[in-house]
Amino acid sequence: MDRLNPNSRKDAFGSKINRTHVPVLAYGIPWLSILLGSLAPLLPVIAPAPVMPPFAFIMLVAWQLVRPGILPLWAGLPLGLFDDLYSGQPIGSAVVLFSCALLATDLFEGRFPYRNFLLNWFNAAVLVTIYVALATLFSGAKLTILQMTVMLPQVFLSIAVFPLAAWLVAMLDRLRLMRLRRVG
Amino acid sequence: MPPPAGRRSGINRKEQLGLFAGYLAVAIAIVLGCALLIISLIRPEAFAGLRNMASDLASPVGAIGGESRVRSRGFFEDIAGYYHAGQRNADLQNEVEVARIRLAEAEALKVENRRLKAALGMSEGNLKPVATGRLIGSTSASARRFAYLSVGSADGVRNGMPIVSPMGLVGRVLEVGSGSARVLLLTDSESMVPVRRATDNVVAFAEGRSDGSLRLRLINLGINPLKKGDVFVTSGAGGMFRPGIAVAVATEITRDGAIGRVLSNPAATDAVIVEPVWQPAAVEAMNTAPAPPVVGTD
Repeated sequence: MDRLNPNSRKDAFGSKINRTHVPVLAYGIPWLSILLGSLAPLLPVIAPAPVMPPFAFIMLVAWQLVRPGILPLWAGLPLGLFDDLYSGQPIGSAVVLFSCALLATDLFEGRFPYRNFLLNWFNAAVLVTIYVALATLFSGAKLTILQMTVMLPQVFLSIAVFPLAAWLVAMLDRLRLMRLRRVG
Repeated sequence: MPPPAGRRSGINRKEQLGLFAGYLAVAIAIVLGCALLIISLIRPEAFAGLRNMASDLASPVGAIGGESRVRSRGFFEDIAGYYHAGQRNADLQNEVEVARIRLAEAEALKVENRRLKAALGMSEGNLKPVATGRLIGSTSASARRFAYLSVGSADGVRNGMPIVSPMGLVGRVLEVGSGSARVLLLTDSESMVPVRRATDNVVAFAEGRSDGSLRLRLINLGINPLKKGDVFVTSGAGGMFRPGIAVAVATEITRDGAIGRVLSNPAATDAVIVEPVWQPAAVEAMNTAPAPPVVGTD
């Protein structure tokens, strides 16, 4: 009898024999990475103007585009609430914006099920621009022309940082699907 | 464990209900979020307790970060010192800048003293600092400018207390948790500090602008007497900040005042001092609504 192809016993995530995915990792890592993104205001960066990209939102969009359906649609409520506790925005702002983004990416997924990275990037760019604009509107800060011009570098940085976030999500996705649990 | 591929529920009743429940949940989340947003826009202090609890929980992480910020800056400066012989030069320039601010503050104090001597029986007294802390982070993605402070009500920090660094005023305490506090930085658009020119009594308001500078608005309109390089210090009006803390230096003259650069850049400060409210009675009197007039019955 011929020997089986050795590659059939394992895949990129480990041995397929006697090993399977860990549910805590498989479902927990997307949540954890977005929550860590929300803690970015505690990074030792004290900015005189809003310059940092909204990491939690970018991670949320990246997960939603790479793995549609991995986050339930109601995830915007707990994730947004946590983000609001640290972001300095009035509570409720991220709840609304995260939920709307989840809904938007869900509709986008239904309309364009087959897409390349550029389309994902374009979609993320549109979403993050709307997010930053609405977050500024909701923030309670005085809306001046200056505020608008200050917003622009943040938007550009957020768009530029998306490929990095997508790469991070891809790495985390490999970690997420590691076959670590022993069965039988 | 890849996610479910199909978005269409098909004929499966359970899947149909699940999909429907998902959309119902997101609709409820949006409505709930709108309600929360409206409440917190009308009453910004409504969820202060929740926020303080959260920042208390996370502040140890931030404190480590704050220390590493200071240490890593030192580390990179050391490396830079080998590459650029100008490191010492930079240090000296920094020192000169501090000295210049100190000089401006001293001049302000001299004027202040002269005025106080004129007002009989008015003794300033020394304000003892309440606590010393570290700025551990800031809301760097939001349009509002808050910072997190590593000390809280357990160290005696209360609402409204001024936060001062060796370079000048940083902001004031807005919300206090037990082990951390939220600071309204000078550059927030809601922040307004009464200031005067260090050399004389030209009074103005320093309002935060969103790009990290201050707008110095003169109270007495007329011919604008300001010049580039004028240093502004707190005037003590309002009773919250003691007079004579350095605030800003004018960099650009406008029609009704100037645009100023904040002297104590919060990014460059590691340790900050929490000072008590200068005249607590005056602040309290301003915050409480005036008592209704007693109507005499005759």
